Amino acid sequence: MSDHNHAHDHGHGHDDHSHGHHDDHDHGSLGSYATGFILSVILTAIPFWLVMGKVFANSSTAAFVLLALGAVQIVVHMVYFLHMNSKSEGGWNMLALLFTVMMVVIAMSGSIWVMYHLNHNMMPGMTEATHAM
Amino acid sequence: MSNTTATDVSSRFFVREHHPENGTLLGFWLYLMSDCLIFACLFATYAVLGRNYAGGPSGAELFDLPLVALNTSLLLLSSITYGFAMLEMQKKNLRLVLIWLAVTGLLGCGFIYLELYEFVHLIHEGAGPQRSGFLTSFFALVGTHGLHVSFGIVWLVTLMFQLKKHGLTPENKRRLMCLSMFWHFLDVVWIGVFTFVYLMGVLP
Repeated sequence: MSDHNHAHDHGHGHDDHSHGHHDDHDHGSLGSYATGFILSVILTAIPFWLVMGKVFANSSTAAFVLLALGAVQIVVHMVYFLHMNSKSEGGWNMLALLFTVMMVVIAMSGSIWVMYHLNHNMMPGMTEATHAM
Repeated sequence: MSNTTATDVSSRFFVREHHPENGTLLGFWLYLMSDCLIFACLFATYAVLGRNYAGGPSGAELFDLPLVALNTSLLLLSSITYGFAMLEMQKKNLRLVLIWLAVTGLLGCGFIYLELYEFVHLIHEGAGPQRSGFLTSFFALVGTHGLHVSFGIVWLVTLMFQLKKHGLTPENKRRLMCLSMFWHFLDVVWIGVFTFVYLMGVLP
């Protein structure tokens, strides 16, 4: 990318380029928006079809497939609509995103794990309900 | 000779990392990430309470999937129409930017209308937020998302007036980019909502 050449140029003390890339943010193109949209439509239609058409007899298999499709669609949106890449804002966007993903995973899995064990240990009557999940 | 070496040595301190040129966009991204943590907490609450029906109605009995599918497609369409507005912004075509923003706003309003319709319907059926842990966490999560979309629409309308008055100035472009991130981010959260709450909620 031009940004890298730029960084080396600054070594010679030329400062006049620093305002040059002021408008180089990636706004995407018609092609990338269209690709993102088509992928999203497919990735939205499949889970609705899976549930409304009762394709899976087993709920846990269905839940697993739904979560996987949801995760893929989130990545598609991130890449094609939010233009995430490791270069935007000098990598800080990606770093903040990775940190947030880590926090989200800890909050979600931690809550589910802890509360499952609380139910399991404290309220014997509720174990059937939790197993039904 | 020593002079050139000195320049060479000191020059390494002038080699700049590519710092973000526009701090607002990075700052706004950080705001979105913190917003993401709010939603993570609400999702976690729903994950814990989502099957505690307290003898009340379950998701399978309450959720109207065709309505949710319609809502999802409205939000998805609004994402692509906002994308078109951004593309027109690049081409500096103010009139088309405004038209696409208006379409986006209308799709957003349709989404909010259907969501309010669903909420009113649920409350009339006696399935309000006070009925069970499941419904409390459901209303908290889906309602927070709906509030975000509503404020997004307020922002969008305000921005349309600013665009009309001042045109595509650098400030307005920056605002458009921030709202673009906000709008697409809400669509990302909605993916989580329809997958985790609605679709997984009706599984037996």
